[in-house]
Formats: sequence, structure tokens, C-alpha cells
Amino acid sequence: MVEWGVKDITVKLLGLDLESVERSGRIIMLYHVIAMIVTSIEVYMITSIVPMRKHQRTNINATITVGWITAMIFGMAFAYFGHNYFYHGLFLVGQSLIFFAGILLAVTLNPWNKHFLVENKEYAHTKNGYDLERIAFFVMTVSMLISAGFGAVTGSFWSNGHETFLAEDLIRQPDKTALQKSIIGYLHIMLTLIAIAITLIVGRWMDFKGKLHKFAMPIMIFGTLVISGGVWSVVWTHMAHTFIYIGSTFVMFAALLLVIYAWGKLIKDRIKEQGLKNPSFGQKFVALFHDPIKFGPFWQMVFMNFTVSGVGIFMAVKLEEIFRVWPAREERITLTGHWHIPAALIATIILMYYIDIAGIKGKLRKWLGWTIIIGSDIAFAAMTIMSMKRLFVTEYYQTPLVNWTMLATDFGLGIILILLAGVLGWRLIDLFRSDNRWSKESASPELELERTAVLTKQGRDVIKKEMEI
Amino acid sequence: MRYSKYFLIIIILLSVFNLYAEKPFKYVETGVNTNSWALIPAGEFHFGQHQHIKNIDYDFEIMITDVTNEQYANYLNEALEKGTIYAKKDTIWGYHPGDPFDAYLHEWEIPAGDYPHMPINEPGLRLNYENGKFSPKAGYENHPMVEVSWFGAKAYADYYGYRLPTELEWEKAARGTGTNDYPWGNTVKRNQANFISSHNLFAKMFGDVVKTTPVGFYNGNNYDGYQTVEGISPYGLYDMAGNVYQWTGDDHPKVHYRYMRGGSYQSYEYNLRVWPRNSAGPEYTSMSLGFRCARDID
Repeated sequence: MVEWGVKDITVKLLGLDLESVERSGRIIMLYHVIAMIVTSIEVYMITSIVPMRKHQRTNINATITVGWITAMIFGMAFAYFGHNYFYHGLFLVGQSLIFFAGILLAVTLNPWNKHFLVENKEYAHTKNGYDLERIAFFVMTVSMLISAGFGAVTGSFWSNGHETFLAEDLIRQPDKTALQKSIIGYLHIMLTLIAIAITLIVGRWMDFKGKLHKFAMPIMIFGTLVISGGVWSVVWTHMAHTFIYIGSTFVMFAALLLVIYAWGKLIKDRIKEQGLKNPSFGQKFVALFHDPIKFGPFWQMVFMNFTVSGVGIFMAVKLEEIFRVWPAREERITLTGHWHIPAALIATIILMYYIDIAGIKGKLRKWLGWTIIIGSDIAFAAMTIMSMKRLFVTEYYQTPLVNWTMLATDFGLGIILILLAGVLGWRLIDLFRSDNRWSKESASPELELERTAVLTKQGRDVIKKEMEI
Repeated sequence: MRYSKYFLIIIILLSVFNLYAEKPFKYVETGVNTNSWALIPAGEFHFGQHQHIKNIDYDFEIMITDVTNEQYANYLNEALEKGTIYAKKDTIWGYHPGDPFDAYLHEWEIPAGDYPHMPINEPGLRLNYENGKFSPKAGYENHPMVEVSWFGAKAYADYYGYRLPTELEWEKAARGTGTNDYPWGNTVKRNQANFISSHNLFAKMFGDVVKTTPVGFYNGNNYDGYQTVEGISPYGLYDMAGNVYQWTGDDHPKVHYRYMRGGSYQSYEYNLRVWPRNSAGPEYTSMSLGFRCARDID
């Protein structure tokens, strides 16, 4: 094996250039490419559910599509096929286009635009009718743009004296440079903001409204601002961590309110569909699990607390007993798990959302839903147990636990990857059909969902005038 | 049929216990002299992933193998007799003069006092302790000494007038003056070092539970049909990649972690390269962690 996970035959077949010393750099490029794609997917989701004008949607989607495809192709080429700086330049071009699409999105989401106001008072809004959910999307987008700047500025030092490193390799270094702190802050806040974005998106998907919506949106806005500010200040003050904890608490509480709303709605909708007048607790319980594709995303949010937040808090409480005693490599496993797991859980949420909007129904929908939930939960529960093994088993007896948890992880992730390949294969075959889904979807990129804000009369007049011109 | 599930549980339990039962196995003679030292000449070398040029301006010597169970058992018996260490509550203890304290955020103070050197009854330990005397378990005589804390490793070195190598010294001894990823080149074969991918081949000879290999095992010899590839550093050191991690001597200010180098039988290839670091508190012990000594030249 040339490198962990990459076999010699793969290297020979594809002509890969895998210098051992450049492994950290390859991993960083891979992470960036994946993050660019996920961010772009979220942008597509946002442009399909947040009210905006057609040309704005088209501009954003077109720019980001060229951006992520360029960044992906040339980023991977640079990482795995030799250091050709033509590739690196185009990788930066791709990323710049994504950033530019982000600016377009922020301008489009301008929450003080009087053309889009809340009319249905069940949605969170200000006294003037400004849409608080739109403000939440806006704050998240602007925070992400500023945070991307953190990475971009520090990244620009690369090849100018900045040596590539993985953040997890600095964990026991007592004094970190401003550049190292910036990069660590940047990667944490980007994943956090991706998580906040998906929470807002699935909230709209479930038509989040009512008292909980009115309570959750201000909390989410405040939490996003505090956590972002906390991370940006990490270079200058150790107090940053306090801001981050406070911001996280608010964001997580807003997400909890969404979960409560979504599960309640799932039960209510199913009971209504069944025509039950006085449902028992058991009937309500069964109703919750009726549609795994809609139950799943919110369950994954709850599950994230067991495998990520809970573990993090536990380890912070037991700091002296764990980090002072465990070897760095064990701490590193837990730390890398603590962000790989939420990243992968976010991916499963995106996949379930996609299965819903693709219109998959019936038994296939249920099979896909439960496979994603069970597969990913087995994998990440096993990985969490494996990373915390020192708490339950002494080293001498750890081998069977490691073997079984690794097997469970491979099994869980394996079935999800097979499923993903199936979905992608289906869409690829569909591309060659005359009456395919792709053309229908691109003809009407707006999803048929309830909107928080609507186009006002003033907005309609402006558009009318523009059309006349 | 009624009791079939109980039988099944018993069979599973028996198989698990059987797996972990201490099995004597054959002593393997490698032909490598565990009392040999290699001279590392003064001069510049490439340090770390980014190959910074560093200089060690003195000659020094370093053991060509890790300290073995037999060597450590002999030391324990001598030091216990002299009273420089003592056994208490299933642990060997000894004095450490303390680390300088900087009052850094979250800094863990290590004042002068007695610290644990080695647990006596840890299952991974390959030493017997009977009638106040230590001896290596049969077959493990020339395997690396494991389950020893940094305090225990340092005490061994101090006892004989040696010291633990610094990280700089360790890496120069492993890499030489070149820029190789591994002590011998840029790739590692499964029968060239004891690491996670070599486990299956090695298990055929020694069985599943044995994790370590005798020091100097990967010397190009053929052991009962198991052909090894020579895995030595430019200065002739064995096991500088894989088998067990090795303590280095430096105290890192503000944190007091002690760094370990070389990777172990549990490591993937990328942790066997000459620059990755692992660390733990100085009282940490593991069945995949040992040490070797360095000494100054008068």
C-alpha cells in the first residue's frame, strides 16, 4: 500500500504522484474540494427555497457551478497528479468563483429588501415585516464569507514560507502562531456554518413556523454572530473559547426547537393522513417513524449530540484524566472523529433531502431512508466507541473491540456509499432519457415549498418596470 | 435445546479467554547483539517533515536496539537490591527531581517526588515477578521492554550512566544525513518492519496475541520460512520504524509531555516515517511503548 487507503494498483493505473512528505497537503486539498462541493449544494438548496428574483438565482447558480467544477478538477489534479502550478492557479480560480457566488448570494439575501416581506404572521418577523429566517440565512452567508477570508489570507502565505500542516498535529503544541490559530479557527467555523446552513434549509423544508420558529430564529441569528465573532477573535484572545461555547449553546438550542417542531409535525401529519381522532401514544410513536426520509435529518441532529457534542463535553470535563494521560495519537483519533462525524452526518441529511425532492416514494423511499439512518448510525456509534476505547477496556484486551468497531464502521459506511452510487447511477441513466428529470428541474429550480416572505406589491412594480425597460 | 444459548455463551467465553491465555512460544534468536552501540557523528542533518537543516555539534552513541525485557529485568533486580527503586501497590516507583514549572495555562506541575516506573501486574508486561525478583517471560527475553513509563526509562538510563536520546538525536540516528521517509528509504515492505500491515505475516509464526517482535528481527534473516527484509537506519540501528514507540528524553516546557518516536506494531505506514511524533504524560505506559538509550563520548 502506497498510502493509507490507496493501493499500489490504483497509483499505477491512474499514474498518481504520491510523495509521502506531501500527504498533509493532499489531505488538505481533498478536504477543500469536498467542502466546496457541499457548500455549493447548500447554495443550490438556498436559492431554491428562499424567495429571490429569477436572474439572481440564475447568476448565483451558474457562477457557483463553474466554481466548484473548476476547483474540484484542478484541485484534485494538483493534489494527486504532481505539482503543476497551472492546476493550482485554476483551483484558486474555482474557489474565487465560489466566493464571488457567495457575495451574490449575500446581496440577494439582503434582509432589508422591502420587496420581500412576511405576510403570514406565523413566520418569525420584525415589526416592519422583515423576515427573520432570511436574516438568519443572510448572517450565516456573510459570516461564511468573512470566515473564508480567514482561510484565504492565511492560505495565500502558502509557497511564501507557510509550511503545510494538519491542525490535528498541533494539538499538544502550547504556543501556536497567529497563522496556525487562524487556520484552526477557519476550519472549525466553516464546518459550523455549513451545519447552521443545513439546519436552516431543513427547517424551511419542514415549513418551520409558529411560536417555535419565532423563538428559534432570533436565537439562531444571535448564536451565529457570537460563534463567528468568537472564532474570528481566537487569534487575539483566549476568551474566544467562551464566546464559542455561548454561541454554540444558542445555535444548538435553536436546532433543538426545530427538531421538536419537525417531529411534532411529522406525527400530526401522519395522524391526520390516517384519519385517527384520538390517537394513542403508541400510534403517535409509530407515526413519527412512518417516513424515514423526513424523520432522519432531525434524528441525525439528535444523534450528533451523542457522537460529537456529548463526547466533546465529556472530554472537556475529564480533561485531566484523558488528555494528560492518553497518548497524542489517541487524542488525535477522537478529535478527527469529532469533525469527520458531523461532516458525514450533514452529508446524510443532504442525501435524505435530495431523495425527498427527487420525488422517490413508496417502499424504495423507506428502504433508502432506513438504510441511510441505520448505516450511518452504526458506523459513527462504532467509531465513537473505538475512539473512546481506553475508557472501557485496558490496552491488552482492546484488539477485538477495535476489530469489531472497525468492521461495523466499514459496513455502515459501505452500504451508504453503495446506496449513493445507486442514486448517482440512476440520475446518470436518467440523463440520457428524452423526457428526463434534469431538464424539468433546470426549467423550474424553485421548490414547491411554503415561503416565509413573499414578493410585495412594491417589488412586483419594480420588476414590472424593469421588464418594460 | 433449552440450554443451547448458555452453551453458546460458554463456548464464546472460552474462545475469548483462550485467545488471551498466555501461550509460551519459541525464543527467536536474531543474531543481533543487544549490547551494541552505534556512533552518530556530529554534523548537520534534515529534521522533520519539512526537512529543516539542524546541527548536532557533538558525537554521541546510541543503542542499536531497544532495551530488551531481559536487560530491564536485570536492571530492576539490581536497582531494587540497591534501593534506588521500590515496589509498592503493584507498581515500581522511583524518585524524579521534578520539571521546571512555568505556571502556563493548564500546565500540570511535576514537582520533585516519587513517580511510577512500571506496573507489575499489567497483562501486557512480559516480565514475571516472583519472590521479589523479575525475570522475562519465556520467549520474550529479546523482545523490547514495554509498559515502562518515561520515569522508568530514564531511571534505567541514569542507573547505567546513560541518558534518553533527545528528539533531535533520535531523528538523526534514524534518518542519517539524507532525506528518506523511512530509516532505509522511501517505502516500507510488510516484512521489513513490525507495523499494522505486517501483522498477518508475522502472526503465522508467532500467533495472534504476540504483538512485538524480537529486537533486530528485521535483519534480512529467514526465520522458519519467514523471510525478512533488512530494515536498518544509515547508522545500523534496528526498529527505528515500527515494533514499539520509543521515549525520547526532552521535557517540553509548559506542557511536560514527553515525545515518542518511531511508530509501533499498531501504526499505519505514515506513522512509521522518521518525523511523526506521538506524546504522552511521563507516567504513561503502554504495551506498544519502549525505549533505547544514548550516551556521550568522553
